[in-house]
Amino acid sequence: MKKSRDDYLTIFFISIIGIYILIALAFPMYAILSKSVENKDGIFIGFENYQSYFSNPALVYSIYNSLFISIITMVITISLAFVFAYALTKSCMIGKSVFRSIAMIPILVPSLLSGISLIYLFGKQGIFRDLMMGYDIYGPIGIIIAEVFYTFPHALLIIITALSIGDARLYEAAKVLRSKSIRTFFTVTLPSAKYGVISAAFVVFTLVITDFGIPKVIGGQFNVLAVDVYKQVIGQQNFEMGAVVSVVLIFPALLAFVVDRIVQRKQVAILTSRSVVHEPNKSKKFDLIMLIYCSVISVFILTIIGMCLYASLVTFWPYNLSLSLDNYQFDLMDGGGWDSYYNSIRMACYTAFFGTIVVFTGAYFVEKSRSVKTGRSILHLLSMMPMAIPGLVLGLAYIFFFNHPDNPLNFIYGTMAILVICTITHFYTVSHLTALTSLKQIDNEFEHVSSSLKQPFYKTFFRVTVPISLPAIFEIGIYFFVNAMTTVSAVVFLYSSKTNLASVAVLNMDDAGDIAPAAAMGMMIFYTNAAVRIIYVLITKKILVRFQKWRTKTV
Amino acid sequence: MEQYLSVKNINKYFGDFQALKNVSFDVKEGEFVCILGPSGCGKTTLLRVIAGLESQSEGLINQNNKDISLLPPDQRDFGIVFQSYALFPNLSVKNNISFGLKTRKKNKETIDKRVDELLELVGLSDHINKFSAQLSGGEQQRVALARALAPSPGLLLLDEPLSALDAKVRQHLRLEIKNLQRQLGVTTIMVTHDQEEALTMADRIILMNNGVIEQEGSPQDLYSKPETAFSANFIGTTNLFKAKRISENSLEINGSILECNENIKDDLLTITIRPEDIKICETGSEKNILKGTIKELEFLGSNIRGHIEVDFKSEKTNVICNFASEYILNNNIQNNSSVSISLQPHALKVVKA
Repeated sequence: MKKSRDDYLTIFFISIIGIYILIALAFPMYAILSKSVENKDGIFIGFENYQSYFSNPALVYSIYNSLFISIITMVITISLAFVFAYALTKSCMIGKSVFRSIAMIPILVPSLLSGISLIYLFGKQGIFRDLMMGYDIYGPIGIIIAEVFYTFPHALLIIITALSIGDARLYEAAKVLRSKSIRTFFTVTLPSAKYGVISAAFVVFTLVITDFGIPKVIGGQFNVLAVDVYKQVIGQQNFEMGAVVSVVLIFPALLAFVVDRIVQRKQVAILTSRSVVHEPNKSKKFDLIMLIYCSVISVFILTIIGMCLYASLVTFWPYNLSLSLDNYQFDLMDGGGWDSYYNSIRMACYTAFFGTIVVFTGAYFVEKSRSVKTGRSILHLLSMMPMAIPGLVLGLAYIFFFNHPDNPLNFIYGTMAILVICTITHFYTVSHLTALTSLKQIDNEFEHVSSSLKQPFYKTFFRVTVPISLPAIFEIGIYFFVNAMTTVSAVVFLYSSKTNLASVAVLNMDDAGDIAPAAAMGMMIFYTNAAVRIIYVLITKKILVRFQKWRTKTV
Repeated sequence: MEQYLSVKNINKYFGDFQALKNVSFDVKEGEFVCILGPSGCGKTTLLRVIAGLESQSEGLINQNNKDISLLPPDQRDFGIVFQSYALFPNLSVKNNISFGLKTRKKNKETIDKRVDELLELVGLSDHINKFSAQLSGGEQQRVALARALAPSPGLLLLDEPLSALDAKVRQHLRLEIKNLQRQLGVTTIMVTHDQEEALTMADRIILMNNGVIEQEGSPQDLYSKPETAFSANFIGTTNLFKAKRISENSLEINGSILECNENIKDDLLTITIRPEDIKICETGSEKNILKGTIKELEFLGSNIRGHIEVDFKSEKTNVICNFASEYILNNNIQNNSSVSISLQPHALKVVKA
């Protein structure tokens, strides 16, 4: 068939976004792979670096440590989150929305903040240090507690979705057949949530094994892969070995990614358009148990965040407990001062703005364009890749690629732009999937109708698709913003003295022993993200309703 | 009237599966053609090929003396209405209808006038500022129709436009669409799986099965002169028998010799007879009389459908007959009543298996 103007425009845009992802992901990844098989002078030496890596017992032990931490955290988080999600979806307890909001708090703070909080709670000068019964919070115990805090909301969101798609008709059938509730749980609830649970488990696993903030802050002598990458690069300036550890780190992340994709595909099949949403029945005893359970978890989350808040306000822990804002005088400390906070805000705004545009446009072409089939599948595949790449690895890859003297894009090294590009890429996949899900709900015939009416696709895009998708677009923007505020791993190698960031400042101040200011900066990130989320809720509740009155049935 | 659209030797493959097999047909200007067939027969694919939403693997399409085979949809001249309405939910009725008018360098008044005109045509003038969520299914489909007609396309394509609607609305709207089409004289192709819809609306029906055209013709022809067993069975209800040729105008079904008005040539035949063409014999003077027992009576309102076990010479066979309800009640015919029926010679039709 002949190409129309729309087809050419489609090819043009798909190519642009495709090239963007190539430059922002594929080329840097190639750079890190080739770096891992070169010596310091850039000469190819095969697997020599790998040999020296695997002959270093201290480094290899990190693999074991990383797997250990990740698996233990996975089991604990999934168990806790499953019961919590079950309470939110299948019980009639009071305060569900409050519990849900509290459970989402960890998403709003940098992962390492929970580590800092644990130091205040259980460290050598901690409030509850006696509860440790001689054990040290610095090490696997601290890491696991902090990682559970950090990964809990991620697992919870996935499991809630999985549990809420349980088809009410199956529950009714089970009831009519007089199945006991335990049996219903095992024959109806669990099978339909199975894939969600598996998927959540792998997400948690990946988050933990690639996280370096928490083990850096509270790990003590306990080495893990992610921290090794950081130490090799920042501590020893051994970029080649950093590249080797990165490649090692990619494997478990990649494996988890592949399994998750396979599982997700199966999940879709369960949910048919005819499914009816299951409404839970009241049960006093069950609802009370769930209420108590959720309260305990919520108290845990609030304690962690509350401890940070308190620590940030205490003048000089533990000797002068009077409250002051001394710790918020960031300009008096090393770590970038208030500028790093403003940089973070700028970076988060740019990321949200440009990231949303790129992701939504990309997802639109993947889902809605009629022509260029191969181009679309390639674009989709490229859009899925970032999820498999740990942020730390991506950041290191950017050094190798963008800082290479022969790279014409060398000039963006050390600027705000590279931080924004890296962050967009790092969080690309989840946003892409959010956009796809929303676009899939829009009738595909819209594009056909408008081409039959001789309208260019971009008219339909701006007049129909974008307005309909506004909630999802905001969702993506918020997601980018919040993550750009909290991310450490992807940007820790890329910031310069002019582009220091708040989340990195938390890390560096903690490193320098300024733990209270680190907590204060972490809290600044929390306040900001919480404010943005609240504003978002207000916007969707008030303003969006006005612009989206077409959604209501009444005139 | 001259040919407006001609489709020639269209083949369409999806991988190994061939969805359309050498499909050819013509549509005259102003004609209302229904493409009818069971799901999966290729009818929707055919419509999408005509619209340019799918590209054919082989074949030519001519519209208004112009080869459009390779043109993308936005360079073809058609309006389309989908089963899902596909109304833009965030635009008002007015903006939906004017969507295709805006870039055609028309001023605001011309556009407003055209919108009013179309709304009047579909009887929705009061709803001009509503959104689709505030309209009923039938109203939404009428807006979709107005939107498709707004740029005055040469060809109107309807893809199962009534399938998502309630039975009553469907009956009402099919009459309305038919009248509208006649009034505007726009050449129309409608895809449907509902034979009643096709029979009532179409000037001509193209019956499809497994990617090929089984038969095309006027609704009356398709009903009364089915060419294949599939045609006979898909349109209306029918009885099908295997038969053997005895002579030019007699044949044998299950051992019984029957007279037939057709000119029989083949040795092995498939014979069809419509339920309403089977009569209960009163006088005994009819031809092709067989005895049978009523096994089941289905009350359909004005008609009653009888399932009769007929004693052919070599075996008993179930036959479906339609009777006027009154006749059955007046003559006190009940389950297990014995009856004599006549398979009238003019009603026995030879079809391709």
